[in-house]
Amino acid sequence: MARAATKTSAKPAPARAGTRPAKKTIPMLNDTPVLDIPKPEEFTKEQELSSFREMLLIRRFEEKAGQLYGMGFIGGFCHLYIGQEAVVIGMQMAMKEGDQVITGYRDHGHMLATGMDPRGVMAELTGRRSGYSRGKGGSMHMFSKEKNFFGGHGIVGAQVPLGTGIALANRYRGNDSVSLTYFGDGAANQGQVYESFNMASLWKLPVIYIIENNRYAMGTAVSRSSAETNFAHRGLSFKIPGVQVDGMDVRAVKAAGDMAVEWCRSGKGPIILEMQTYRYRGHSMSDPAKYRSKDEVQKMRSEHDPIEQVRKRLLDKKWASEDDLKAVDKEVRDIVADAADFAQSDPEPDPSELYTDILI
Amino acid sequence: MPTQILMPALSPTMEEGNLSKWVKKEGDKVAPGDVIAEIETDKATMEVEAVDEGTLGKILVEEGAQGVRVNTPIAILLADGESADDLGKDAVTPPPARAQAPAEVHADQQAEGFPRPAATPKAATQPMPSDPDIPEGTEMVEMTVREALRDAMAEEMRRDADVLIMGEEVAEYQGAYKVTQGLLQEFGAKRVIDTPITEHGFAGVGIGAAFAGLKPIVEFMTFNFAMQAMDQIVNSAAKTLYMAGGQMGAPIVFRGPNGAAARVAAQHSQDYAAWYSHIPGLKVVMPYTAADAKGLLKAAIRDPNPVIFLENEILYGQSFQVPKLDDFVLPIGKARIHKQGRDVTIVSFGIGMTYAIKAEEELRGMGIDVEIIDLRTIRPMDLDTVVESVKKTNRLVTIEEGFPQSSVGDHIASKVMQRAFDYLDAPIITIAGKDVPMPYAANLEKLALPSVVEVVEAVKAVTYRA
Repeated sequence: MARAATKTSAKPAPARAGTRPAKKTIPMLNDTPVLDIPKPEEFTKEQELSSFREMLLIRRFEEKAGQLYGMGFIGGFCHLYIGQEAVVIGMQMAMKEGDQVITGYRDHGHMLATGMDPRGVMAELTGRRSGYSRGKGGSMHMFSKEKNFFGGHGIVGAQVPLGTGIALANRYRGNDSVSLTYFGDGAANQGQVYESFNMASLWKLPVIYIIENNRYAMGTAVSRSSAETNFAHRGLSFKIPGVQVDGMDVRAVKAAGDMAVEWCRSGKGPIILEMQTYRYRGHSMSDPAKYRSKDEVQKMRSEHDPIEQVRKRLLDKKWASEDDLKAVDKEVRDIVADAADFAQSDPEPDPSELYTDILI
Repeated sequence: MPTQILMPALSPTMEEGNLSKWVKKEGDKVAPGDVIAEIETDKATMEVEAVDEGTLGKILVEEGAQGVRVNTPIAILLADGESADDLGKDAVTPPPARAQAPAEVHADQQAEGFPRPAATPKAATQPMPSDPDIPEGTEMVEMTVREALRDAMAEEMRRDADVLIMGEEVAEYQGAYKVTQGLLQEFGAKRVIDTPITEHGFAGVGIGAAFAGLKPIVEFMTFNFAMQAMDQIVNSAAKTLYMAGGQMGAPIVFRGPNGAAARVAAQHSQDYAAWYSHIPGLKVVMPYTAADAKGLLKAAIRDPNPVIFLENEILYGQSFQVPKLDDFVLPIGKARIHKQGRDVTIVSFGIGMTYAIKAEEELRGMGIDVEIIDLRTIRPMDLDTVVESVKKTNRLVTIEEGFPQSSVGDHIASKVMQRAFDYLDAPIITIAGKDVPMPYAANLEKLALPSVVEVVEAVKAVTYRA
C-alpha cells in the first residue's frame, strides 16, 4: 500500500501549474468562483536581481543555521526552508505595507522576507539575549510587531485561526490590510483549518491562505495523508476559490500573490493559493529522510531550483555576469556570517529573564 | 582556508555517532547538498550533506569509526585553488565550540544531580492591590449575577471601541443563558458576533484578533466545550507573550459558565478552575457575588493578559447587592474576606461559597466562629490573605466542586503547609467533588458534589469538636 503511494508521489508534480494553460477544473458543485491561474509576467531586471538576492539570503542563512545546529549552537527543533524560497519572496513582492504574515514552525524564510534582522533571527536560534524573543522562543516562536510578523507557531495548524483573527481585526478596523496565513500540506488536514475557512468565508475576511505544499507532512507523502491532494480545492465546501501555483517559480508566485491580494482588498473574502514547492532538507534536522529517493531530491534541485531559475534568466539576458552574481553571493554570505558570529558571541539571557514576560 | 567538516548533531539529544560510510572519497568534488557520508545514531542512519562547494581534501575519521563525538572534525574540504598541501596542523585541531555551546553547559548542570539554586532567579512577587473604597452613602442595588455580567460588558464596550464579544448565540439569540441580552441591539452585529459551533476555531480567531490589538470577549456556551479550544487557549493565548519576549500578547477574556449545573451529567459538569490555574500566562477569575462578577469582569476586559473568567449557571439567577457607581472595578488577584472569624478559616470560590456560607450558619449555632475567605481569583492567588487568616485561626478547610486530585485546595494546602506550618493546629481538610465523572441520577449527582454536611463535619474535625 505504502509502496504504491510512494511511487505516485515520486512523479515531479510542482512546476506544472505555471506552465500549463489555465483550465477550469473545479467541479461546479456550488457557486464557488472559478479562477484562472494567473499567468506569470516577465520580471524587470530589478525584480530579477532583488528576488535572486532575497532568495539567496534565505538559502545561505538556512545553510548556516544547519551548520550551527550541527555544532550544537542551535538546539531543539530546527526546520529549514531550503527549496521553498520562491514562495515567501514572491508573496512578499505582492504585499504592501501593513499586510500581516503568520506561519508555522518552518518560519526562518518568512522572517527574513518580511525584513527582520538576520542577526536577531540567528541570535534567537542560538537562544541568546538579542534574539527576537530574547532567547525565550527559539526557532519556532519568533515575532516582530514592527514588521507585522505574527509568528512562528509550533502547533501544526494553530496559526490558521490566528491568521483568520488578524483578518477579522483588519475588517473590524476598516483598513485594507490583508492577512497572509501560511501553512503546509500537513496542517491542511487539521480540523481548525476548516473551522477557520468557514468563518473567513462567512464573514468575508481578507485572508490569503497560502498552503505550502512541499509534498511531505513530516515523512508522509501527500498522497498517503490527504484524500484530496488538490489543495486549491480544499475551500470548495466553504465557497473559497483557490488556484495551484508553481511555487518554484518566483514570477508565478508573485502573479498569484498580486491576484490574491487584489481579491482580498476588494472585499471578496478569503482565497487559497496552493504553492507547489519542495523542501530539499529533512522535515527537521533530525530527519533521515528515508521516505523519498535521492533521485527525487536531486531532480528537483537540478531542474526546478527557484534560485537557479532566476540566475539562468539573469545570465541569459545578460542582465548580470557570473562575477556580478558571485558578488551578490559574497555580500549575502557576509551578512549571514556576521549574523552567525553575532549569534555565537551574544550572551545568553540574564537568569532574571526566566520570570519576565509571563504577564504584562 | 580549508574548511573543516564536523561530526554533526542530528537530533536534540545526540552526543555521538558512528561514521558508517564515506560516500565521497578524498579528491572528489562536492557541491552543496551532496551526500558525503552516512552516520548512524542511536535512532537512525542519517546522511551528511555538504554545505559548501569544494574538494574533499582529507578524511580525518575513517569509515566504521564508532562513538565519534559531535563536533569532531571528520574531514577537510578544500576550496578552489587550495591543495591538500595547504593542510597545516592547525586545521585538524578539534574546535572547543561544543564545550562552549549552551546545550553542553546545561548538560553539565544536570549531571550534578540538582540545579544550582543560585542560578534560579526568584519569581517577582507583586503586592496585591486592595479593593477600592466605596464612598459612604453609595446606593446599593440588588441585581442578579447575570445582570451584573451584562452591565460590565456593556459599560466596557461603551468605554472602549476595541472591545467586542463573540461566541455561540451571543447576538440574535441574546445569549444561551441570556448574559449578553441587549448587547446586539446596543452595539450592532460588528461588535456582537454570533459564531458557528467551532470552539477551537473561534477561540483562535479571537486570539489572533487580540494579537492584532483588539480586546475580544470570547463566550463559551460552557467551559466544558472549551476543551476543544484548550490548545489555542494554552499554547497561543497564554504562552505568546513569553515566547515573543514581551513583544506581543493576547488581551482577551474567555468567559462562560463553568462546573456542574443541574442534571447535565459527566460531559457538561466539569469545573476547570484547577486546570487553567496550572498555566503560567493566564489569569483565572471565579467570582461568587454579583458585585465581584461585575467589578472583576470589567477588570478582566481591561487587563492586557488573557483572563479565564469562570461563571456558574446556578449563580446566574442569584441576587446580590451591587454598589451603584459609574465605574466599579475590582482588582484581579485579591481575595475578599466574606466574614471574619476566630476559630477556623474556610477558603472557597465561585459556587463553593454557597456551601461555606450555609455551613457557617450551622457552625455559629454550635459556637464555632468561622472566617470565610472568597478567593475570587485563582491565579494569581492571594495566598497572603489565606496565610494571615490561618495564622489567626490555626485551622483551614477548603471547598471546591472540582475533582480532588491536584485540586485548587491541594495547592492551597501545600502552600499553607510551607508558609504557616507552625501555626497549624490540625491537618488541613480539602473538600472537593468526588473522584468520579458526574453522574446523571439526582441522588448520585448530589453525592458527587460537596455538601454542607461535609463542610460542617470537616470544621468540627479540625476544631476537634467531632
